[in-house]
Amino acid sequence: MIWFEIRPMRWISRQKNFIGLTLNFLMRRKGKHTALFVVYTLIVFLLSSVLFFTHAVKKEASLVLEDAPEIIVQRLVAGRHDLMPEKAIEKIRGITGVDTVRGRLWGYYYDPVFRANYTMVVPPDFKYGEGNLAVGGGVSRSSIVSEGGIIPIKNHEGIIVMLTIKKILSSDSELVSSDLVLISETDFRNIFGVRKGLVTDLAVSVRNPKEIATIANKITKLFPDARPITRSEILRTYDAVFNWRGGIMLLILSACVISFMIFSWDKAAGLSAGEKKEIGILKATGWETSDVILLKFWEGMVMSLTSFLSGVVLAYLHVFFTSSVLFSPVLKGWSVLYPEFRLVPFIDAYQVAAVFCLTVLPYTAATIIPAWKAANTDPDAVMRA
Amino acid sequence: MHDKKFRVFMGCLLLNLSFFVLMFVHAAYSRNELSPALAEKSAMVKEYGLTDLCLFTDARYTRHPSMADLNTPFQDYPLSFEHFPSGSLIPPPPHLVSRGLSNDLVRDPAHALD
Repeated sequence: MIWFEIRPMRWISRQKNFIGLTLNFLMRRKGKHTALFVVYTLIVFLLSSVLFFTHAVKKEASLVLEDAPEIIVQRLVAGRHDLMPEKAIEKIRGITGVDTVRGRLWGYYYDPVFRANYTMVVPPDFKYGEGNLAVGGGVSRSSIVSEGGIIPIKNHEGIIVMLTIKKILSSDSELVSSDLVLISETDFRNIFGVRKGLVTDLAVSVRNPKEIATIANKITKLFPDARPITRSEILRTYDAVFNWRGGIMLLILSACVISFMIFSWDKAAGLSAGEKKEIGILKATGWETSDVILLKFWEGMVMSLTSFLSGVVLAYLHVFFTSSVLFSPVLKGWSVLYPEFRLVPFIDAYQVAAVFCLTVLPYTAATIIPAWKAANTDPDAVMRA
Repeated sequence: MHDKKFRVFMGCLLLNLSFFVLMFVHAAYSRNELSPALAEKSAMVKEYGLTDLCLFTDARYTRHPSMADLNTPFQDYPLSFEHFPSGSLIPPPPHLVSRGLSNDLVRDPAHALD
């Protein structure tokens, strides 16, 4: 009984001594290890920030766009999106399984005064009437207009039309509404010169979601110049856009992984003369190879754990408290109107485990291997080297 | 001496660990707190028939990536290069890439030139 009580206590006390000694060794080269800690934390921070940001956007897109139209039907002329005749609505409605078909009126307006692009949308039920608008937070910010203010819009004939802002859409919805300008059908047609009987595209709802693909095929057969875009394709778009294999994500992730590889390789490539001498002295004073390895294991763990935890927590603060302030110059690009959104913190243990496996494990291994090599050679030879 | 350093280190590690755990607690709490905002965005998508998130506003094909077409890289003239910064950040949507080589080519002869 006493044996069972004493053994764990001895083990803990031994580990305590090892950690204390490790801290002593680390403090002896304070500058070098502080620099290592900063670089390590920075890599974990960058890697985690990218993972947190992309996962949160993908998750939010999948939840928010779950209610997007089931099928969008667009007409293509010479490979470009063209206006759709409204008479197609009746033909599509005739397809078995189709519930409703609605013509969507929407388009882009470039504001030459504020150099911003707006997305003009005609809602099915626009309650503010002709001559009025409801705008997203980004439009209000870029055009410096609040509720009751007036926005001048140049129509297709070059005449300036004055429209009054009746409502500014809530700031909580900026991820979908920042650049939206909700407008009446009459104003939309007057501004863009879209004739009656034409719409931008069609939104089709289907009674049985399992029939979406079949109905999309029937639409293609009925209108060979049309292309249907299904809701699942819309949802998959965001999965692909923020996939680690594409675009900026691949660039940042590969930069992080390569820097970490160089960093770990440098560590694994060999010990400095001072470190070798230390191991030689430890061996000469009676330390076992396993003790030296344990000491180096704790050195790796102390450095890895502190850097990993600090990097992950800082990344969380960066993405969900500062709205990814460091990424915003990249995301803004040439956009004048940029949405100010707060992402819902969707994080899971899998992401954190991925960062852990990519950083802590290789670093710890890189610390132990050269120490094991040095500890296996003759202490005298190690000290003289 | 070792004991003091050990205690300081363990104190820092525990502080770091508690921040780490707090991060998950905060995430769970925020998901609850922000669920009305999420519902509002969903309602907007349903009411106005929206199809995309407003992440980039400089180019039409990055404002609405799911609605982009195969002419995107040639939007000004057949040999023009893609020039919006956001265009280099995101790849084309999967349905455009896969269908562009099958259905779209068959459906629309104009794509055969791409």
